[in-house]
Amino acid sequence: MSATTCNDIEGERRDPGFLRRTWAMVVKEFVQMRRDRMTFATMIFVPVLQLTLFGYAINTDPKHMPAVVLTRDSGPLTRAVLAALENTDYFDFKEQVRDPEEMDRLIRSGKVQFGIEIPASFERDVRRGDRPAILVIADATDPVSTGTAISAVQGVVDTALRRELRGPDAEVKSTPAPFEVTLQRRYNPEGITQYNIVPGLLGVVLTMTMMMFTALAVTREIERGTMESLLSMPIKPIEIMIGKIAPFVLIGFVQMTIIISAAHFVFGVPILGSVTLLVALSTLFAASNLAVGYTFSTVAQNQLQAVQMTFFFFLPNFLLSGFAFPFRGMPHWAQAIGEVLPLTHFIRIVRGIMLKGNGFADMQVDAAALLIFMVVAMGLALLRFRKTLD
Amino acid sequence: MKEIAIDVTGLTKSFGTRTVVHDLSLQVPKGEIYGFLGPNGSGKTTTLRMLCGLLTPDSGRGTCLGYDILTESDEIKRNVGYMTQRFSLYTDLSIRENLEFVARVYGVPDPRQAAREAIGRLGLSTRADQLAGELSGGWKQRLALGACILPQPKLLLLDEPTAGVDPKARREFWDEIHNLAAEGITVLVSTHYMDEAERCHEIAYIAFGELLAKGTAREVVDQSKLSTWIVSGADLHRLAAKLETCDGIDMVAPFGTELHVSGRNKRALDAAITAAKKADGAHRWTRGEPSLEDVFILLMDKPKENFA
Ligand SMILES: Nc1ncnc2c1ncn2[C@@H]1O[C@H](COP(=O)(O)OP(=O)(O)O)[C@@H](O)[C@H]1O
Ligand SMILES: [Mg+2]
Repeated sequence: MSATTCNDIEGERRDPGFLRRTWAMVVKEFVQMRRDRMTFATMIFVPVLQLTLFGYAINTDPKHMPAVVLTRDSGPLTRAVLAALENTDYFDFKEQVRDPEEMDRLIRSGKVQFGIEIPASFERDVRRGDRPAILVIADATDPVSTGTAISAVQGVVDTALRRELRGPDAEVKSTPAPFEVTLQRRYNPEGITQYNIVPGLLGVVLTMTMMMFTALAVTREIERGTMESLLSMPIKPIEIMIGKIAPFVLIGFVQMTIIISAAHFVFGVPILGSVTLLVALSTLFAASNLAVGYTFSTVAQNQLQAVQMTFFFFLPNFLLSGFAFPFRGMPHWAQAIGEVLPLTHFIRIVRGIMLKGNGFADMQVDAAALLIFMVVAMGLALLRFRKTLD
Repeated sequence: MKEIAIDVTGLTKSFGTRTVVHDLSLQVPKGEIYGFLGPNGSGKTTTLRMLCGLLTPDSGRGTCLGYDILTESDEIKRNVGYMTQRFSLYTDLSIRENLEFVARVYGVPDPRQAAREAIGRLGLSTRADQLAGELSGGWKQRLALGACILPQPKLLLLDEPTAGVDPKARREFWDEIHNLAAEGITVLVSTHYMDEAERCHEIAYIAFGELLAKGTAREVVDQSKLSTWIVSGADLHRLAAKLETCDGIDMVAPFGTELHVSGRNKRALDAAITAAKKADGAHRWTRGEPSLEDVFILLMDKPKENFA
């Protein structure tokens, strides 16, 4: 089975009819799409409904968020501060970095959510009463997940230092606080929830609608009996697949435009990065979801089953991608599942481009994940596609 | 020797534990109209699907237009027009859109022009933009045939193309099929209308998945070794009931105002008729020719007896 499919794909390049037949599918699908009023209504209704429902959302208190430390001092006070921070359970110190650039890079790419910098001669300055500043940098694209952690820092560090300083330097204790905490909320300094939710919505809406459309693609032809005719014609599974997916990529474009415009003009979410890159990667994301939907339709026995499959695929995407709840706040097993879902990577891409102004280099891994996902889904669909009525 | 368009032997197909087509062999000469007859559920559709690569036979082999049905289904699809029993064009596309789609898939050089010509041939020019789903049964069949012949196939497989179509449309449909055959296209057409069998060059009769007879209509009747008497007169119904119980009479079938009384054994039938004639003075008894229908009904009875 897999051998024949591979041969088919290779054969396409030499076959001049490939484009023409694929084009035949595209034209046909377009006309049918236009004729189906219900589908047309859904395409507009779903994004609007979701925007209203989830535009204002959800509160949680995530723990164990990945953080890096840049320590330029190594005395017992520094260690005490770090231990205290780790004891809050808010932070999970991944590594020590050597310079601020590396710290910036890790935060921008989303590998860590916090960067904590302890200045040189921190200990000496504390003991002198010079009130040195601890710098806490937070990736505030998701303000919900960073909010409580930030507010905990000051108090925790203060308590730790006082305990450490008990003894010969006891008089330092009496001053208000022996140090300062300088806080940098990056990417979303005011902590506006919509900055986080609305870009994520782009991914959620695309996931739901794209999959829905192609999930019925094959089952509908089978239930209406038109598959019998189609299979008796000289058209190949890959031509049918591309012909069925392509028109909906355009629908994805329309949805993207609606949501990105609404995000920017209605909810005031900034777009710091390149809009072209955002649209290009959104298209890739739309295509990978269309591929998943199409795969379902080759597996499902009927339309209802196909819809159910999309629902069951959508649910983990919705819950575990970092959209509904902060990704870092989830238990590890949930994060592991989240890592293999396309929405997780797309949400990182959208937040990265819109809020952090990331370029392609920062998003390579996530883009590659989407691409792999799409190729695997399409490969599965071609394997599963029944070329006969057996 | 005549060129052969379809040449298959030993085709067998089961669904689950049920064998739906059993050891079927068929040779269809090029350019002929070949009738494929049999009651509902006898395996006609299944056979046609195996011929055009839509179903894989469990066993058996053969060729369609010289292409192996097991390995060269791509070539077969390019050259065979298959008209499904159930209307299978897109009901939410217009006539024109359906035909253009077919033309594009088959790689016809100018799909729009080809569709326009097909519409003209079908006499549907004024309704080209009507949705295919809104057409009446007869027009749907014509459209389906039009779509089948648009890519200029060498072989047509038509699955009960005239089922549920009025007699006038049926006649026109058959005229069209004869025109196509005259152009050199081979046509294998399944049907359960007996009168249509007479319009085929050759026929094959299938029941319960078994091919029971094949040849020209004449040959099929002769092969059956059936003898028939025709009775006319009043109160045929009561007479039929009486005759059915007689030894030597295998079948009594009413045909309008006549009764066809048939038997496989001529001597036994004649004896039974002589006895019946003696007891009954009110009817006219003449020796007749068994019709194709008589033969088929009898053929169908046979395996039933065997499998009972
Ligand atoms: N895909 C299938 N699965 C199971 N049974 C089938 C399938 N297709 C046909 N059959 C059965 O095979 C028998 C022959 O069907 P078919 O070839 O359609 O007969 P015909 O066309 O002569 O009416 C029928 O009893 C039908 O129910
Ligand atoms: Mg049938």
